[in-house]
Amino acid sequence: MPEGGRQLTVKDQTTAPVEAEQATDEGPTIRLMATETYDEAEQIAPAAAGGAEPIVFADSEVVFELDELSCYYDAFRAVREISLQVPRNKVTALIGPSGCGKSTLLRSFNRMNDLIDGARITGAIRYHGVDLYADGVDPVEVRRRIGMVFQKPNPFPKSIYDNVAFGPRVAGYKGSMDELVERSLRRAAIWDEVKDKLKEPGTALSGGQQQRLCIARAIAIEPDVILMDEPCSALDPIATLKIEELMRELKENYTIVIVTHNMQQAARASDYTAFLTMGEDRAGYLVEMASTQQLFTSPENRLTEDYITGRFG
Amino acid sequence: MADLAASSAVSAEIVRERISGRRTDVGGRIFEAFLLFALLASLGILITLLVDVLTRGIGVFIDRGLDFVTSPLSSEASEAGIGQGLIGSLILMLLVAATAFPIGIGASVYLEEYARDTRFTRFITANIRNLAGVPSIVYGLLGLAVFVVALREITGPDTQGRSILSGGLTLAIVVLPIVIITTSEALRAVPSGIREAAYGVGATRWQTVRSHVIPYAAPGILTGTILSMARAFGETAPLIMVGGAVSFLATSDRGVIETLQGKYTTLPTSIYQWVQEPQRDFIELSAAGIIALLVTILLVNGLAIILRNRYARRW
Repeated sequence: MPEGGRQLTVKDQTTAPVEAEQATDEGPTIRLMATETYDEAEQIAPAAAGGAEPIVFADSEVVFELDELSCYYDAFRAVREISLQVPRNKVTALIGPSGCGKSTLLRSFNRMNDLIDGARITGAIRYHGVDLYADGVDPVEVRRRIGMVFQKPNPFPKSIYDNVAFGPRVAGYKGSMDELVERSLRRAAIWDEVKDKLKEPGTALSGGQQQRLCIARAIAIEPDVILMDEPCSALDPIATLKIEELMRELKENYTIVIVTHNMQQAARASDYTAFLTMGEDRAGYLVEMASTQQLFTSPENRLTEDYITGRFG
Repeated sequence: MADLAASSAVSAEIVRERISGRRTDVGGRIFEAFLLFALLASLGILITLLVDVLTRGIGVFIDRGLDFVTSPLSSEASEAGIGQGLIGSLILMLLVAATAFPIGIGASVYLEEYARDTRFTRFITANIRNLAGVPSIVYGLLGLAVFVVALREITGPDTQGRSILSGGLTLAIVVLPIVIITTSEALRAVPSGIREAAYGVGATRWQTVRSHVIPYAAPGILTGTILSMARAFGETAPLIMVGGAVSFLATSDRGVIETLQGKYTTLPTSIYQWVQEPQRDFIELSAAGIIALLVTILLVNGLAIILRNRYARRW
């Protein structure tokens, strides 16, 4: 099995599904789980044997820093006192059972929860050291830097071109829109499929194409971070692998945080994984965060081990 | 099931005997018969009404043709027509469109897209729904008190306020709750994912609403507003309250303001007037007027259905 930047083609997937499922670019695969250990250069201080102890990155590598973050919907606490760091130009996965607050947590990263009446937070999220929820922070400006891809592909019922161009337009983009649209669609690995039908509605594409269009739309505003909320849950396995391949390419330029239900996906596509679960009060909390290899091969917490081996959740 | 499984040899004969129907569902049959009766009864009433109106009124169209549609009101049955009524109703519709639509759509967009979902806004929404069910004569009383009496100096200094402006504003209030409700439903039909997508690429609320929510809801809003126009077109009771029934529309060469402040009549109030006349000829005239009214409303509703089917969006 070749490793490192390997292009998965549709043919690979259909002829050798088992192998393809195990492929990742940097080596960590499910089948390596029990035998190999890794030393991550970026990881300065691995988690101490306390379980929920967060791993710490060099300051210049930290994009998000959560400090005892709790999210509430009115009186209900959905997420409880999470502290973690999200590193630059990496894919960080949030995994955990349904209803443990992964999506809520993710949506607090770009203040998407502001749109829900009664949603609020305590604690802090710092983005490059700046508190996102401080007075005077404009959520619109936040979202122009921290883009989002949603669970269900949600292209606008407009042309493919207009789907991509909407974000730059509202941001007052002055350059050549045609070039920006092409560049975004190319980066989202969908240009070849749509270049001859840019005027056709985005909603006419297949589910996987729609989701890549949504990714193109997210990167057209040239954000710093892309948040992905279960981007593949509505897609078939081939489309899923394409999106995962895309994530590996995008992390060269972007920091990616992905929520996923699919542990294989986290193992395949992410560099770091945070495992959340919920307590008796139904509030999600962080069990442990580690490099993906470490979390899947030698989890420190019993709950994590039970979850990744399929004993619950 | 169990007996089939029990017998070791399952033959086609046994299976056929077991699954052959011999059920007599008495309750079900009675219920079905009742449903059919309900349908036929309502259809029967409708058909009786239509046949009655057609047989009485069609003669007027045969004898006079377009003359009936264009003639003004007259005390001579052979010369009276619905010309003034049609023009009056048309002007009323324009007034309704110019006032109720912007206000109703604006209120609805605010409620759905801007206002926070609190107990207070839910209270308001529930009350708007109730207002849609209030009898229109009540709005007529409101129009009488506000537009005819209180605002007389504006609505019609020379006509004691009993002007087409008063009538149009009163009808606008009648249909306002309907406009708000149908617009709200069209806005709610736009999936929240679309709003999230727009906010997610850094659009402001105004950009989201202007570029996405309202355009995608537009077909539904259009259908709702056209249907509310049809409702206003047939409304009679509030116009009788605010003085539309007893007047003639003056269609001389007057300015817009004079026309708006002037007297008027409408198609439904013309019919109302004729019904009260003792001569048989006027009864036929009223039947012919009803035919014209029904055809107009049918055309308007048909337009709404065509627009809805043409632009309906499936999410």
